This record gives sequence, C-alpha cells and structure tokens, in this order.
Amino acid sequence: MNTLILKTTSRFLFTLLLLLSVFLLLRGHNEPGGGFIGALVAVGAYALFALAHGVSAARKLLPLPPLRLVGWGLLVALLSALPALLLGRPLMTGQWFSLLGVKLGTPILFDIGVYLTVFGALLSAIFGLEEAAHHPSEDA
Amino acid sequence: MVVAIIVAFVGALTAPWLHRWLGHAAGWVLALLPLGLAFYFASLLPEVVGGQTLRHSLAWVPSLGVNFSFYLDGLSLLFALLITGIGTFIVIYSGGYLKGHPDLGRFYLVILLFMASMLGLVLADNIVTLFVMWELTSLTSYLLIGFHHSEFRSRRAATQALLVTAGGGLALLAGLILLALMGGSLEISELLGQGQLLREHPLYLPALILVLLGAFTKSAQFPFHFWLPNAMEAPTPVSAYLHSATMVKAGVYLLARLQPALGGSEVWSSTLMLFGLATLLTGATLTFRHTDLKRLLAYSTVAALGALVFLIGLVPLTDYYAAMGFATFLLAHSLYKGGLFMAAGAVDHEAGTRDITQLGGLFRVMPLTGVAVVLAGLSLAGLPPVLGFIGKEVLYVAALQAAPAWVVGLAVLGFAVGAMLALLLVVPFFRGQPPQKVHEGPPSLWLGPLVLAGLGLLLGLFPGLYNPLADAVASAVKGKTVAYHLKLWPGFNLALLLSLLTVLLGVGFYFLYPRLQAWMAQEPIPGPENAYVALLRGLMRLAAGVERLLQSGSLRAYLAWIFAGLVGLVGLALFRGGALFWPAGASSPRLEQVLLLALMFLGAIGALRLRSHLAMVVVLGLVGAGVALVFLLQNAPDLSITQFLVETLTAILIALVLLQIRSIGPVPRGRWLDKGLALGLGGVVTLLMLGMLAQPFEPHLSQFFAQKSLPEGFGRNIVNVILVDFRGLDTFGEITVVGLAGLGVWALLKRRRREEQP
Repeated sequence: MNTLILKTTSRFLFTLLLLLSVFLLLRGHNEPGGGFIGALVAVGAYALFALAHGVSAARKLLPLPPLRLVGWGLLVALLSALPALLLGRPLMTGQWFSLLGVKLGTPILFDIGVYLTVFGALLSAIFGLEEAAHHPSEDA
Repeated sequence: MVVAIIVAFVGALTAPWLHRWLGHAAGWVLALLPLGLAFYFASLLPEVVGGQTLRHSLAWVPSLGVNFSFYLDGLSLLFALLITGIGTFIVIYSGGYLKGHPDLGRFYLVILLFMASMLGLVLADNIVTLFVMWELTSLTSYLLIGFHHSEFRSRRAATQALLVTAGGGLALLAGLILLALMGGSLEISELLGQGQLLREHPLYLPALILVLLGAFTKSAQFPFHFWLPNAMEAPTPVSAYLHSATMVKAGVYLLARLQPALGGSEVWSSTLMLFGLATLLTGATLTFRHTDLKRLLAYSTVAALGALVFLIGLVPLTDYYAAMGFATFLLAHSLYKGGLFMAAGAVDHEAGTRDITQLGGLFRVMPLTGVAVVLAGLSLAGLPPVLGFIGKEVLYVAALQAAPAWVVGLAVLGFAVGAMLALLLVVPFFRGQPPQKVHEGPPSLWLGPLVLAGLGLLLGLFPGLYNPLADAVASAVKGKTVAYHLKLWPGFNLALLLSLLTVLLGVGFYFLYPRLQAWMAQEPIPGPENAYVALLRGLMRLAAGVERLLQSGSLRAYLAWIFAGLVGLVGLALFRGGALFWPAGASSPRLEQVLLLALMFLGAIGALRLRSHLAMVVVLGLVGAGVALVFLLQNAPDLSITQFLVETLTAILIALVLLQIRSIGPVPRGRWLDKGLALGLGGVVTLLMLGMLAQPFEPHLSQFFAQKSLPEGFGRNIVNVILVDFRGLDTFGEITVVGLAGLGVWALLKRRRREEQP
C-alpha cells in the first residue's frame, strides 16, 4: 500500500504499539492484560508496519524468524514449569521470589512463553499470506 | 535389576554416536553392553537356582497401582540370559553383516532398544510395564523388518507384522486388565497365587481368549503365523534375533508365565494343545514349498513355536515332564535356530544366494560356518549328543503321558520335517562344487553361530550344567517345585523309539522333498493371509468412502458438516434434556445496550445482503466490535480487549486470504441452504445460552478463584492468574496448538509456492 500518511504514521504507531504490548504483558498479572493480549497487540503493530512498508522491511525488525519465536516461546513456557519439580512440588507450581523489591515468578516466565508463541504463530501466518498475496495464483 | 534395564535403554541411545566415532569396530564395542548385562544376570544364577525370587520396584503411578516393578525367577532369568547372550553375538554379527551400510548406526540403536524392551518384557511384574514393553518390542520389530525401507516388500512385511502383533497387543491389554480386575492386583507375582479364584471367575473365559489372542499373534500361532515368514525381509541379524530366538517367544513366555494362574482348566489345555499342534503342522507343511534358506528356517520356527505352546498346554496334565520339556526345548531351539539363521546369513553374504538348490561344496571354503551348521543341524534334527535331542525326548515323554496317540503321531510328523530340514541345510556343505571365489567370512560372521551351536553340544554332553536352571524354569512354569534329572541317554524307551521314527521319516521326507517342493510351490495356497489382505483392503475402501464424503477439499463443505453436526447434536441434546427455557426475571435492557444490539443486528443483516466478500468481513466486524463493547459494559475489560484484538487480526487475516483467491467472485444470490444453516446455528447457540442462564448459578469456582488469586497466585487479575497459574497446563496445551497451527499455515504456504515455482 502506497500512501504517505500510512507510511509516516505507521512508524510512530509501531513503536507505540510495541511499547503498549510489553506494558500489557508485564502488568497482566494484576491489571487487564497478559501474554496473549500483549502478543495480539504486537502482531497488530507488525501487521500495520508490514502493510505500510512491506513484509521484508517488517521482517528486518524481528530478532528471529517468527517460527523460531514459536519454538522459543514453547521452550520458555515449558522451562517455567520445571523449577517446581526440582523443588519437589507438583509440576507448574508457581515459584516466586523478590529481586530488588520487584516480585518475580515462574508464572511471568510462562506468560512470556505464551506471548512469544502466540506472537510468532500469528505473525508467521500474516507474513506468509501477505507475501503470497504478492505472488497471487489464479487457480484455487 | 531396574538399573540393568535403564542401562540397557541408555546404552542403546549411545549406539549411533559410538558408531560414528568408532566406525567398523563399533559392533565389537557395542557388544560389551549385552555381554555385561549377560554377566550380571549370570551372577544372579545361584540365588535363583537356590529357589529365590528377586523383586525390585520403582514407583510410577503408585495411586493407580502402576509401577516399574520387576520380578526374577527361573523363567525370566532364562529369557534374560538368552536375550543378552544371543544379543551379544547378534551385535557383533551385525557389524560384519551390514558393514558399510549407511544406516548401520540407526540399526544398532533400534536393535539395542529392542533388546532393552525385551528384557523389560520378560522381567516385568506389573502388567502395565509388561504391556508397554510388549508394544515396544512390536514397534522396534516394525522398524527392523522395514530396515530396507526403500523396498516395498520390506515395508509391506513390516506393516503386516506390526498390524498383526499390535492388534493382538490390544486384545492382550484388555485381557490383562480383566485379569487385574478379577485378581485385584496389577502385579503378576500376586496374580499367580490366585489361580483358583481366577479360574472360577465368570470373566475367566473372556480374559483367557483375549490373552491368548495377544500371545498367539505375537508368537505366530496358527492362524496368525503368516506374518513371521514375511518378516524375513528383515536383515538376517534381525531374523536370527527377533524372529527366532527372542521376540516371537514373547507370546510363549507370557503363556508360560501365566500358566500357574490360568492353567489347570479344560479349556486352557485343549486350546493350547490344539493351536500348538495346528501351528506345528502348518509350519512343517509349508516348509515344503520353499527353497530359500531364511524362509525354510522361518517355517521351522513357526513349527517350533507351535511345539512350545503345545507343551505349555500339556503342563497341567503331566507331573513335570512337560514343564521340563519346555525348559529344555526352549533353550535348545533358541541356540540352534539363532545359530542357523546367522550361518544362513553368512552363506548368503559370502555366496550371494540363499537358495539351497544353488549351493554346494561349502564345507571346503567355509569350514567354521560348516561346523556350526552341522552341530546346530543335529540339534534341529533332534539327534544325540546335543541339547535338541534331550529337549525332544522329554517332549515325547510328556506327550506320551498325557496326549492321545494320534496327537503324538502328528507331533512326530511335524518333528520329522525338522529332521528333513536339518539334512537340507547340512547337505549343501558337503555335496557339489563350491561356487567361485567364496571364502569364510570375517570372525564377526562365524563367531556367533559357532558359539551358539557349540553351547548346544556342550549342554547336550553335560546336561548337568543346565539342570539346575532348567529345574527353576520348570518350577516357574509348573507353579510348584520341580526336580528332574536331565540325561543325555535315558535308556531304551518308547520316546527313543519315536525319536528313531522321527529321523527315519525325516530322511524319507528328504528324498521326497524335490518332487513335493516343485508340486507345492506351483500354486499359491489360500490361507489366513488372504483374510488379512481382504480385511486391509476393506478398511482402505471404507476409509476412501469416508474421505470422499467428508474430505471433499471444499472449505464450505467442511464448515457445512461441522455446523450441521453442531446444530443436530446440540439441538438434540437441548430437546431431549428439556433445557429449553425462557429466562425469568430478566431486567429490562438499558439504552446503550439496545443501541449496541441494533448495531450488531445491522451488521448481521448487512452480511446477509452484501455481495462482496471484503465488504462482508468489514460489516461482520461490527458484530464483533459490538460484542467487545458488551463485554466492556459488563465490566470484563480483559475479554473486551481480547475480543477487539482478535476481531482486528481476523479481519486482516481474512482480507489477506481473500486477496489470494481473486477468482472467488461475488457472493451468488440465493443459497438458501447456507442461510438456513446459519440461522439454525445461531438459533441453537441462542437456545443454549438461554438454557444456561436458566440454570442456577454455581458460585464455587468463581469464589475459589476470587479468593485464592492474590494469596496463592500473587496476582489481582483473576483472568490472568487462572490462565498462567491455576490452569497453566491447559494454557500450555493451547499455545502448543497455536504454535502447531502457525507451523501448519507456514507449511501450506510454502508448499503452494513450491508448486508454482518448481
């Protein structure tokens, strides 16, 4: 899509949306938000940017290919379940500790895993479809 | 003992890596694993022979009584020694036989995994452990038969073996569960003491039939024998190990193991004797059709397995001869058949053919293999002074004691075919000219056959060496202490006369063989395999029919099926359950609610009227946004945010998909069926909601979460705490599905692009 307004605003919106998404992820345990919602906002940010600047430009703004993020997300979520086992508690029992006055715990790690998985999977689909739209086939 | 099994499994996993590191020497090094285990089990001999039983247990799911518990008595020890002892030579042999094969590392892995599973099977005390190991042997057998997976015949044989044995495995599982319910325990050692109770239980017969199905399929009993000869597509070390010495004996093992619990009834003995004899004769008869060394040996294995099942059936009917015959014949058969298979493979490897009509004069060029074949052949024919002779003698004594004369006669006929086969195998070593450039293989190829056949000779000459263990085996099978004196020379008796008759008949068969073979190999003989083929074909046809109906490839058709199913099933449930309600006492709607509803209604009507797909998506967005606003009005911000975001992303996704399928055109007019379906679905969901509202509200869960969220989950956002903590496992399952769906979309798009740009 080739409109100047979209191109310019999408840069600001992209950054803002990403910030919002991380904000939603981190505050999710106490206020409305969470990994799933945060991931959806982030996907929205990238989808918007890709619409304005093209998928390849959007891909460059990713640290890892989307499907790799899915793998990492599942791994992080899985790892967050294990500390409880090592401490002799049932699998996935939340483990909390305090670091410099900030309360941290395995459920937050789990939520980050959810975030990465949902983000990667949805973005992979959107990017893939958008790229395919540039090589449309007449059959189907 | 638990450690031994864990070592076996872990050791197997190192095999591919060791193979890459050590190259050709890997076979010799890897053989140290089974060898070490064999020494470990041998070190337990004094205790077991002294009448002790060892039991070790590791909790698995203790609340259900499921444990990794293992039990060692004479029977399991004999099997453990066979598995690890023969396994040692098989691993060495594989290194020579498959030298240079690109997948050799994987081969070691699977065959050692098989060994570990088989060990677990014969040592298992808990029936769940036993079943898991049982299925593992079926799976590894499948992988090994299909080792040459680029060949259709291998794949077909592997699938057939898996379907037959795993199908039987399902029956076995049901049978074992029935036994556990009847006896009140999952531990076999406890069930063994409850024979009386089990036999008089009304479920005895169904349980027995199911267990027999499992054992008969695994041990290739008539009418399931057909998979075993076909499994000869596997590389020879596999045939020698799994399909003669160990895995096919798992069914026999299970029957022997459960004999004290299930045996003693009329139906047990008659069924086992009938099927055992039928298998013996089937194996013997079909031997005449073949000239391929491995096929000949396979049918002889079928016959031997029949003889073993026959013997187990005899156990309750005789004092101790049958149990003793079982103990002796089992060992003798494993030794000579394993040796013969390996020797056949060595001949095939060096001479390039397994057809006995093409082979000749091999003794001069392969003397060590030749000695092994002669010794093993003596055992197969049941001639002195080897262990096979003793085994068959005791078997005949047992049969004469308890079986009718015609049964004994048929058994003699079956064994005579074994004697004939021994002649067929030995003669090519002496008569005729050796093929050009054939020579003895490397030590890895002749060591195994020579040692196994030599053991048969040693134990034949000095049966006292085996006697204590044989007593322990027989005691385990019989269910009470057996002490019997094994002798090479029992003196002149009726059994010896039968042995003589067997050998004479065998020689007679040998001279008849060329003509019989030519005649029998002409036509395919209809057998139970045809039933298998027909069954499989029927299944495929049914699947194809169902696929045509359901998997038409049209997304619309899929959705139509799903929605129609939903409408039908939910509608039926609502109607039958009488859950059709009009909520009483609902408060009158507020103004903003009415406005929202009107907006959503407009969106829905628009979707019905519009003819452009893209516009439809946008208009449907109105409905979604309306729902999100409703959530917001009801104080559910989490749900509302999620709904908004999902709505947005769905719109983007659908728009992208629509861009791809430009040929879709405008929505046609009419389509009353689709509209009816949509109306039905909406109506049913509405009725469901109303029905739910009419139910009294059950506050337990909400209260629980509201109260525990902060103190136990350390979060004030109950929704989030439920998602990541209380119901974390559910969420993990859900994100796995999300990840897999992403992978699926990626794969579909990738495939499509490759099709477009080859």
